[in-house]
Amino acid sequence: MSERVAVRKTYKLFIGGKFPRSESGRSYLVQDTNVSLASRKDARDAVVAARAAVKGWAGATAYNRGQILYRVAEMLEGRREQFVALGVPTGEVDAAIDRWVWYAGWADKLAQVYGGANPVAGPYFNLSAPEPTGVVAVVAPESPSLLGLVSVIAPAIVTGNTVVVAASPSAPLAAVTLAEVLATSDLPGGVVNILTGRIGETAPTLASHMDVNAIDLTGVTDAELAADLEVKAAENLKRVLRPAPADHDWTADPGITRMTTLLETKTVWHPKGV
Amino acid sequence: MRRLRDMTATATSARSDLSELGRSETALRTFLHGLPGVDQVGAEQRAAQLGTRSIKTTAKAQAIDLAIRMVDLTTLEGADTPGKVRALAAKALRPDPSDPSCPHVGAVCVYPAMVPYVAEVLRGSKVHLASVATAFPSGQAPLDIKLADTRAAVAAGADEIDMVINRGAFLAGRYAEVYEEIVATKEACGDAHLKVILETGELATYDNVRRASWLAMLAGGDFIKTSTGKVPVAATLPVTLVMLEAVRDFRAATGRQVGVKPAGGIKNTKDAIKYLVMVNETVGADWLDPDWFRFGASSLLNDLLMQRTKLTTGTYSGPDYFTLD
Repeated sequence: MSERVAVRKTYKLFIGGKFPRSESGRSYLVQDTNVSLASRKDARDAVVAARAAVKGWAGATAYNRGQILYRVAEMLEGRREQFVALGVPTGEVDAAIDRWVWYAGWADKLAQVYGGANPVAGPYFNLSAPEPTGVVAVVAPESPSLLGLVSVIAPAIVTGNTVVVAASPSAPLAAVTLAEVLATSDLPGGVVNILTGRIGETAPTLASHMDVNAIDLTGVTDAELAADLEVKAAENLKRVLRPAPADHDWTADPGITRMTTLLETKTVWHPKGV
Repeated sequence: MRRLRDMTATATSARSDLSELGRSETALRTFLHGLPGVDQVGAEQRAAQLGTRSIKTTAKAQAIDLAIRMVDLTTLEGADTPGKVRALAAKALRPDPSDPSCPHVGAVCVYPAMVPYVAEVLRGSKVHLASVATAFPSGQAPLDIKLADTRAAVAAGADEIDMVINRGAFLAGRYAEVYEEIVATKEACGDAHLKVILETGELATYDNVRRASWLAMLAGGDFIKTSTGKVPVAATLPVTLVMLEAVRDFRAATGRQVGVKPAGGIKNTKDAIKYLVMVNETVGADWLDPDWFRFGASSLLNDLLMQRTKLTTGTYSGPDYFTLD
C-alpha cells in the first residue's frame, strides 16, 4: 500500500462567510505555510460584505447576539488543540476564550450601563440608548496573536457592528483559524471579515473608505502610518480607536471603552403629559 | 451567420420585401420558424467569455461615463408619487451634483400617470422621457385599452414608449396578432420612439428570443428590450447576445438599425461594462451610443457614480453619499 499523503491546508481570506483566495492571486509565506496576501480590492469587497451584514446583525436582539457569541466561545473551546499546535501558548488560548465569554455577556447589558434616562427640565421622558455605528475597520495587534485578535473583534461585534479585520501580518494563522471557528458558529456571514497581508496595503484603503464608520488602529505600530490613517479617517468623521502602547497588558481587565467608542447614542424625547 | 443571411436572402427573394411578411400568419410563421436555431451552449459560453475582459483606468472611466449616458433611470412601483418621480428626474439631469463633468442619463422611465410630473422637470433638457404602456407589465388587456394607454402617455409628454408584447399570443403561436399589436402601437406612438419589451424570462428558449426579436423589428420597433423587471429572470448576457445578433442581422438584411435595451438585474458597474464589451464585440461601435443601446435600471446608476468617484478621488465611496431612489 502506498504511503498516505497528508492534505495540506491553504490559509485563505474570510469575506462574507466564505474563504476566498485574494483576488490578486498573491500569497506570502508564514511558518512554512502559504497565506493569502490581501489587496485593496479584497479590502473593498470585505467592506461590501460587512455593510451587507449590518442590517441583520444590528437588527438582531441583543440576547440573540449574546447567544451567538457564546456559541463562538464553545467552538473555540473545542479547537483549543489546533491553536496550541499553531504555537499559541495554552494560557493565552484560555485567556482568549474567557475574554470572548466576558464580551458575550455584555451583549444585553451594555445598554443599561451606557444608556438610560436623562434628567431634563420639562415634561418629557428623555432616554438615551446606544446603537452600533456600522462597519468598523480593525487593525489587529501584532501579538498576542489570538488574545489580541479576540480582544479587538469581540467588543466591536457584540454591540451589533460588523468588522473588517486586518490580521497581524506576522501571525495570521491564528486569525484564519479563528475565522474557521466563526464560520461554524451561527455568526451570519459578513459580520466578521478577515484580511491577511500587509497592513500598509489594506489599512489606508479601509481608513479612506467612505462606507466605513469607525477604525480601530490598535495594531498600528508605525507612528507615521497611524497619523496618516487618522487623517484619512477624518474625511468622513470615522470614530477612531488610537494605537495601543507597545507595553499594553492584554491580560488586564479591558474595561468597556473598546465597546463604547464604537457606538452612537440615540436620544428620544417623549412627552410625559401633565 | 452565413446560414441566416442565406435564409434571409431566400425569404427576401421569395417575398420581395420583408415588410410584406406581416400580411399573412403563414408567411410570418414560415419566416420566424425558418430562422436558424440558437446554439444554447455556444451563446452562453460566448457571453461568459466576453464577461472576462478586464477594463481598467481610462478605458474604465470612458465606459462608466458611456454607461451613465445609457441609463434609463427607472421607477415602476405602485408606490411612485409625484414627489418621488420629480426627485428621480432631477437626479437624471445631474446624477452627481458635486461633479459638473458627470454626464446626464439617457432617459427617465416611469408609468404613464407619472409622465406629466417628470415632463415638467425635464423640459428643455436632452434627457428623454420614457413611459411604459400597453398594460405593462403583463400586457393582458384588450388592444383598444393598450392603444389608449399609449396615446395618453405620448400626449402627457413621453417621447419614448416601452410596450410589452402579448406573450400569451406569442407563445400560442399567434404571431400575426403580436405583429398587428406592435404595428398599431407604433402608429399610436406618432413621433415617439417605440421600445418593444420581449420579456425574455417568459419566452423560455433562445430560439423564441430570436423569433420575438425579429417579429418586433419587422413590425417597426425602434428598440428591442429584454424585460419588464417584474419577473424573476430579467436581462442576462446570453439573451442580450442573441438580441444583439438579431439587430445586426436585421440591419444587414434591411438597412434599418434597431437599438437594444437590457433591463432588470443589472446592478453594478462590472455587469454594465460586460454588456458594453459584448455590444462592441457583437455589433460594433455603431451601437455604443445612447441612441442605440440603453440600460433599464434603477440601482445601477448609484454604483456607476460610486465607481466614478473612486476613479476621480482615489477613495472608495459609499451608498450614504448618494440618493436613495
